[in-house]
Amino acid sequence: MKTEDGVIEKESVVVRFSGDSGDGMQLTGSQFTDTTAFLGKDISTFPEFPAEIRAPAGTIAGVSGFQVHFGSKEIFTAGDEYDVLVAMNAAALKSDIGNLKKGGIIITNTAGFDSKNLRLAEYPDGVNPLEDESLSEYEVYKVNITSLTKEALKETGLSNKELERSKNMFVLGMLYWIFDQSPDYTINFINEKFSKSPELAQANILAIKSGINFGETTEIFNTRFKINASPQPPGTYRSITGNNAIAIALISASEISGLPLFLGSYPITPASDILHELSKYKHSGVRTFQAEDEIAAICSAIGASYGGSLSVTTTSGPGMSLKTEALGLATILELPLVVINIQRGGPSTGLPTKTEQSDLLQAMYGRHGECPLPILAAHSPSDCFDTVYEACKLTVEHMTPVIVLSDGYIANGSEPWKFPTSNDLPKINSVFTDMPNAEDGTFLPYKRDENFVRPRVKPGTKGLEHRIGGLEKANETGDISYEPHNHELMVNLRQAKVDKIADFIPEAKFDTGSEDSELLVLGWGSTYGTIKTAVLELISEGYNVSHIHLRHMNPFPKNLGMLLMKFKNILIPEINNGQLIKIIRDKYLVPAIGLNKIQGLPFTTAEIKNKILEILNKK
Amino acid sequence: MNETNNLPVLEKLTYKDFAPDQDVKWCPGCGDYSILKQVQGIFPELGKKKEEFVFISGIGCSSRFPYYMDTYGMHSIHGRATAIAAGLKASRPDLDIWIVTGDGDAMSIGGNHLIHTLRKNFNLNILMFNNEIYGLTKGQYSPTSHVGLVTKSTPFGSIDEPFNPAELALGAKSTFFARSLDRDPKHMKEILLKAHEHKGTSFVEIYQNCPVFNDGTFFIYSEKGTKKEESLYLEEGKPLIFGENNCKGIKFDGFKPVVVDLTDGKNSINDLWVHDKKDRIKATILASFANGSNGTHLPRPFGIFYSIDKPTYEETMMHQIEEVTKKKGKPNLDEILSGDKTWVIA
Repeated sequence: MKTEDGVIEKESVVVRFSGDSGDGMQLTGSQFTDTTAFLGKDISTFPEFPAEIRAPAGTIAGVSGFQVHFGSKEIFTAGDEYDVLVAMNAAALKSDIGNLKKGGIIITNTAGFDSKNLRLAEYPDGVNPLEDESLSEYEVYKVNITSLTKEALKETGLSNKELERSKNMFVLGMLYWIFDQSPDYTINFINEKFSKSPELAQANILAIKSGINFGETTEIFNTRFKINASPQPPGTYRSITGNNAIAIALISASEISGLPLFLGSYPITPASDILHELSKYKHSGVRTFQAEDEIAAICSAIGASYGGSLSVTTTSGPGMSLKTEALGLATILELPLVVINIQRGGPSTGLPTKTEQSDLLQAMYGRHGECPLPILAAHSPSDCFDTVYEACKLTVEHMTPVIVLSDGYIANGSEPWKFPTSNDLPKINSVFTDMPNAEDGTFLPYKRDENFVRPRVKPGTKGLEHRIGGLEKANETGDISYEPHNHELMVNLRQAKVDKIADFIPEAKFDTGSEDSELLVLGWGSTYGTIKTAVLELISEGYNVSHIHLRHMNPFPKNLGMLLMKFKNILIPEINNGQLIKIIRDKYLVPAIGLNKIQGLPFTTAEIKNKILEILNKK
Repeated sequence: MNETNNLPVLEKLTYKDFAPDQDVKWCPGCGDYSILKQVQGIFPELGKKKEEFVFISGIGCSSRFPYYMDTYGMHSIHGRATAIAAGLKASRPDLDIWIVTGDGDAMSIGGNHLIHTLRKNFNLNILMFNNEIYGLTKGQYSPTSHVGLVTKSTPFGSIDEPFNPAELALGAKSTFFARSLDRDPKHMKEILLKAHEHKGTSFVEIYQNCPVFNDGTFFIYSEKGTKKEESLYLEEGKPLIFGENNCKGIKFDGFKPVVVDLTDGKNSINDLWVHDKKDRIKATILASFANGSNGTHLPRPFGIFYSIDKPTYEETMMHQIEEVTKKKGKPNLDEILSGDKTWVIA
């Protein structure tokens, strides 16, 4: 609906900021996102950047993108296609135009389309997409953002390089004008960020205002948009990324359990932000330890757990492989330990900055020996908080390492979060024993309670000195034992302890739809938003479909099998070559169908809808 | 005023308090027995409560050690004892932590963790039993085995250049390095006490005889007939003398250590190198004695090569936490949950 002053009211819009790695698109995108969320709209974002810190400037390999989907309705995904593409150079246009809606808006920086940039973007000699008919299906705005920014800031006395770098703020100003959003949030941000160099703060603020004024006075933009605030549940919100939510969850669990927090970690994309974030919380008593390698990272965490800390190690796929041996040790020692794997495309170095859900089977089976562990998976940035908090509770209360799976998509993506208060958080029951537990007055470190959980003792506790280790231990005493039946008993006891956790997790429930539907979509992890959107759209189109999304990957909720048996059609979409589907088929013998994408990218809503329709129409 | 009046009264412990009821299962004649006896022997003298001690080990014959000490302990996985101990010490500076490891565990599979633990300087004691062989896996050459050693995996002789533990430790910025041997219990006891006294990572290499797979490797340093000529016992502030009736000494010829005869009238004791454990360059030269590559045959030094005071990792970590907390105040959880930027939806 277009109003008289050319303002279109829309329910939701997808904007893609795209430019060279050095163009500051991630900052521009996150500022636009935070402002939009701050103004009460629902959002979902998808930052996408190359693995190289500074890939050759101007090339397609160097393109860095930030996609934000926002609206007055509930938003669950970053969007399949965008309404607006901001292309800072020729490579950005070439790389990202494929997913621009027909009739969509392109805002280009013409300075990024000179002969050098066109050549680097591998356009044929003499071809400039801004000057031929190739973009005729779109609404194209050609703005020399570089020279306008330099002109606007010429009085600031900044160097040419600094002026050049402010152009992303000019872009942000233009976008604020087009979407009728106040720049105040960003102005506050800039003042804080550059509090030590006010001249840089002023220049950046001037660049934003110049962008807004440019939109206002030149009237070159035919279209402006108005998106109303979203009817989200009342409450106080903040914007959160998945990795940030993990850091906060760990601090919360430490505080609520009363256990000091220890993080042993080694830098790896896309998990390093958790280490960065927690390192800022020294004043909360958080001990972060950047170890010499992934193995030392988990081993230091095992040491700290033995000492009585809430211990955590964070990593991504290749690091997870390196930690595997030590994870076996933590399992046989039966110590609490949270292991967080922010999955990325694999195997090996694979696609470090791209998302994938391909480490589920590793988490389930990827250790030598019979080595079962509880596994939880987060489904959205804010869900990372709840998932990791629950992992901390389970690890402490059940004396077993717990694996948490997140992935690159939700680690870096952000959404509004109606955050809890400390009073809302579930209790974590942390108990250290200081008394002998055997009838003869001795201490039995592997004598279990009714949930098969062994007692936890802090070194330093008088009278309970004992040794634990990686060798198989005699039941209850923990002494070394190679006795055949004892080994089988201990394997079964460790399994029973993990299985018993099913009594402490919620039953599976329908996220959308019911057991009377014709098809169930069973998902896990970061596919949540896309599946939910696809299922809601199909229901509104008259189809009878439903959606269950799993957080508890091991053990599964107790009622899951019973629910699955009720469906003729079960679709399991995964960003991998079919991993959950193997476990489900193995455990419940149901004929589930897979939908798999292994491109380092999330599903689009259309891909999931099409697959559902294909199954339903086959009948 | 007697300050000791304020100290808590400790229970009187004896070596028996540290000997658990487990059977010790090393091979008969293994050098590990002697080390275990000395460690159990000094523990009552360390002025700590029994429950404050923790032994961490990796894998190998030496790594069974924690089972034979009635303290807290963990027998972990191959090479990782130092990494586990680092996390334990960082989170529990109050504990008195001992790492028992071997040449394979510490310098091969755990080499990376060893060098980083040394440079970080946690207040830990590392006892590395060096027998120049893999014993538990039944006789393969180790990273300290000499070139040419015939073992199960080197039937035609080892071709690897071995590590020199002293050089490795000094290169890794170790703040304490000492060497002792299983057959000299008195010396070992003295070194163990000094290692414990040192605040920082104390790295003690203990020559240990493996009677099964590498018997007698170090006998020239302990047996009558060769000991006096081949061993050099370091004493702080004293000249480097050795030999029958202390008839020989080490002096510097430029930067080159040379052996001199103190009986031929050409050199007196005043010409000799005086041991200074704080001197890094001297320590480095002492470490190189084992290489025997500069044309001169030098005796093998035993004792404390190097020992300096430096703040420990855990002290610095605690100090940083205290400083930041003083500056910023301890945030309450609700502030952390909300962050700085929130909005309200009515």
